[in-house]
Amino acid sequence: MNRKLLKKIAAKTGFAILLAGILLFTVFPFYYAIVTSFKSGSELFDVTWWVSAFDFSNYASVIGDGSFVGSIWNSVLVSFATVIIAMAFGLTAAYALGRVQFRGRSAVLMIVLGVSMFPQVAVLSGLFEVIRALDLYNNPLALIFSYTIFTLPFTVWILTTFMRQLPKELEEAAIVDGASPMTTLFKVFIPLMWPAMATTGLLAFIAAWNEFLFALTFTLTDDQRTVPVAIALLTGGSQYELPWGNLMAASVIVTVPLVLLVLIFQRRIVSGLTAGAVKG
Amino acid sequence: MPAKRQASRVRRQRLRAAWLFLIPMLVVLAAVAGWPLMRTIWFSFTDASFANISEYGLVGFENYLVYDNGAWYGVLADPTWWNAVWNTLFFTVVSVGMETVLGLIIALTLNAQFRGRGWVRAATLIPWAVPTIVSAKMWGWMLHDQFGIINEMLMGLGLIAEPLNWTANADLSMWAVIMVDVWKTTPFMALLTLAALQMLPSDCYEAAKVDGIHPVRVFFKVTLPLILPALMVAIIFRVLDALRVFDVIYVLTSNSADTMSMSVYARQQLVEFQDVGYGSAASTVLFLIIALLTISYLYLGRKQIGGEA
Amino acid sequence: MACVELKNINKTFGQIEILPCVNLRIEDGEFVVFVGPSGCGKSTMLRLIAGLEDPTSGDIEIDGEVVTDQSPKERGVGMVFQSYALYPHMSVYENIAFGLKLGKARKNKIREWVEKTAEVLQLEKLLDRKPRELSGGQRQRVAIGRAMAREPKIMLFDEPLSNLDASLRVQMRTEIAKLHDRLQSTMIYVTHDQVEAMTLADKIVVLNGGNIEQVGTPYELYETPASLFVAGFIGSPKMNLMPGSIDGEVGAPTTAINIRGLGKVTVNRETSSLKDGDAVTVGVRPEHFTLALSGPDHGLEVVNVEYLGNEAYVYVELPGMQELMVVRQPVPCEVQTGQRVSLATEPELVHVFDASGRALGPFKAEAESAERLAATQ
Repeated sequence: MNRKLLKKIAAKTGFAILLAGILLFTVFPFYYAIVTSFKSGSELFDVTWWVSAFDFSNYASVIGDGSFVGSIWNSVLVSFATVIIAMAFGLTAAYALGRVQFRGRSAVLMIVLGVSMFPQVAVLSGLFEVIRALDLYNNPLALIFSYTIFTLPFTVWILTTFMRQLPKELEEAAIVDGASPMTTLFKVFIPLMWPAMATTGLLAFIAAWNEFLFALTFTLTDDQRTVPVAIALLTGGSQYELPWGNLMAASVIVTVPLVLLVLIFQRRIVSGLTAGAVKG
Repeated sequence: MPAKRQASRVRRQRLRAAWLFLIPMLVVLAAVAGWPLMRTIWFSFTDASFANISEYGLVGFENYLVYDNGAWYGVLADPTWWNAVWNTLFFTVVSVGMETVLGLIIALTLNAQFRGRGWVRAATLIPWAVPTIVSAKMWGWMLHDQFGIINEMLMGLGLIAEPLNWTANADLSMWAVIMVDVWKTTPFMALLTLAALQMLPSDCYEAAKVDGIHPVRVFFKVTLPLILPALMVAIIFRVLDALRVFDVIYVLTSNSADTMSMSVYARQQLVEFQDVGYGSAASTVLFLIIALLTISYLYLGRKQIGGEA
Repeated sequence: MACVELKNINKTFGQIEILPCVNLRIEDGEFVVFVGPSGCGKSTMLRLIAGLEDPTSGDIEIDGEVVTDQSPKERGVGMVFQSYALYPHMSVYENIAFGLKLGKARKNKIREWVEKTAEVLQLEKLLDRKPRELSGGQRQRVAIGRAMAREPKIMLFDEPLSNLDASLRVQMRTEIAKLHDRLQSTMIYVTHDQVEAMTLADKIVVLNGGNIEQVGTPYELYETPASLFVAGFIGSPKMNLMPGSIDGEVGAPTTAINIRGLGKVTVNRETSSLKDGDAVTVGVRPEHFTLALSGPDHGLEVVNVEYLGNEAYVYVELPGMQELMVVRQPVPCEVQTGQRVSLATEPELVHVFDASGRALGPFKAEAESAERLAATQ
């Protein structure tokens, strides 16, 4: 009897340690970035585990830097525009793919899935030419255009999955009421798709916000950059020393909104990820 | 059986509407993916340069492989390229392998009933939400050779005698990259695995429990085979993603040859060396590798994708 | 004014033939019920008439006009779905008005129509509510309201009551019947519940495996089922069906049929198509048997007596037959479980079905058949 109890306690402790390990593994790096962001000067070079004093000078210097704030605006603009474009094209396509049985449907789905697998670098030179031709080089609009390559396929993919789950009778009721496919989509389905659209939009937003390769290649000057590029290229006073304090403050600034979004919408995100099994 | 009639007018209207709805999306995809891809392949047969991309001459397969003056030239003869291929494969196999195992462990833990499960699950999503660049920088700082907390920790535990230069040391830098990638993408694997676990029927577990089978045996005999299809989908997505890795490596170790992946190599040729022809050839080879894998995956998983409208 | 006609309708999904060849005419203002077991094709038929499904071949006519190629709206149909299929994000008012708005009606006209519909269905107080705030019965009424708002020529109901509980179902049944009296529009109603069919229909269409077994009034279906299937399907408790064989001469006003374990019955059916010894099925409704106690050594054993208050069902075992025979008895019922009884019936109350399951008609005099023969020549 005693041994059984001991075994139970051991199992419980083991589980608790496992949980603590998982939490430490997932949360610690971000936590440590926050700790670092509140340090300045030589304090930075002493390893500490806690925030001893809230020193906002790193934040002040990052925000005081006009180009970083500009990058945030660029990122916001690019991400929102990308989401809106992906939604606009994705919703109509998802209706066709999810609700209409037609020949060539699975071929279209294959194309969509195929494009989502494209290595970005494989279209880099071709896209560069297109962007040059459209005179969009070093312009955030170039990013809106190019981000569609990865946001549109997975938007179509996830929205199609959700569109399929809507009851068939609802559409038939609309048909009997005399609604055209366009009316059915806009008056009946889209109002019911808000949760799915929020999920998909959030995933597209995060993907666009985090994108690096295109942003690095298609922009040139500080004032046109997005946040990831700005952080990657952030340099300090001297060429050889990275301004770690500023870097961590900038990292925290751009990540906190995402983390908050994720915590608030975690259920939606999980359902979206599993619905499409797409890359995050 | 009577002769089959043509689809009715209503049905034809519906089909027309479906294509009208699809065409904008297909046009956009063609503009951002199809056309650029074709141009990339085209450029791979030219000597175009990044600075002036519109003036170029055709050079045939020279960018891929050419025999000149007793030596082979071109991407396929470049040891740096093959090094990048090897690095990418090593990175893919090791990081996806570790992510799968860790993801499985986290998923199994989260599948248990305990208080605060929602919070832990939310916490595991944090790395997924952190931009890759930011996570590379964060880890870059933690792995700093002089002031990094990882070195401090390992020294405190007595595992190492002196600080390691994680990102610059040829033996360690790939492992540093893998560490960051594992941290960033394990949550994705864990969540997909968890979703698969939660769809398992509970009755076979009860049966196993009644029969007194050891939990480890139950895992390998019951759980794993049942979640394998879902796990495979997640693994394939991750593999295809890992093969085109760029951000982490570029930010953490820059263009160092020790960690250079195929994407980093191609971009270096394209942008830094301004050699669009050569870089496009490398990109095309990368595309072919991924396309081959994707096609074989789509072919194998064909039945799953069609679904029902 | 709307009569519907199905002409040589065939419907095939892939390899599966749902409806081989259906011909049916529905008159203006009729309340027609399609009834049959699940998978018999009744819903497919309704959806073909609605225009939600295309026939593989054949044509559908409404008022003599071929509508096979027309949309549901052009056909002028309204439909009530099994799951109600109300638009969840719209209020009751908007749900009813949706079709009217799409029809480009004027705003005050729409309001007038919706209010009239709401009044008929007692929905006036619910117009601002969302479907999720309504009870099952209220949702059903909204679904009906939506279907009738455009004043369709034909109203279609696809198992509309199957999601309601039993008492509500009876109430809604009455309301639908009243609605039909009031609107006088053609209504087609699909159900698997024969009680709904019997109580609502002017005309019942019994379907089985994609074929129309019989079309008739509830009275005709009950009194003169055309086939074994209809005989077994309509009526509760079921008609007693017993295997038997012709015993002796055929074509006479009365024919003797031998039923194993029960003995001989005499029927007055037209048996001239059969011959001595042919296998037939004999059917007798539970209320058409008279029961008499017999001695302990002969007769049939009573296995169970179900007392229902207003009547009783007496279950009797027929040796060699799996299903028990059931006899309806007035209460008080003197028979008890374990007793032995004998059964009797009248020749004109016995239904006889040939080996293919078709019912034999009542006996016709020789002269009459001869006359008919002459007329056709």
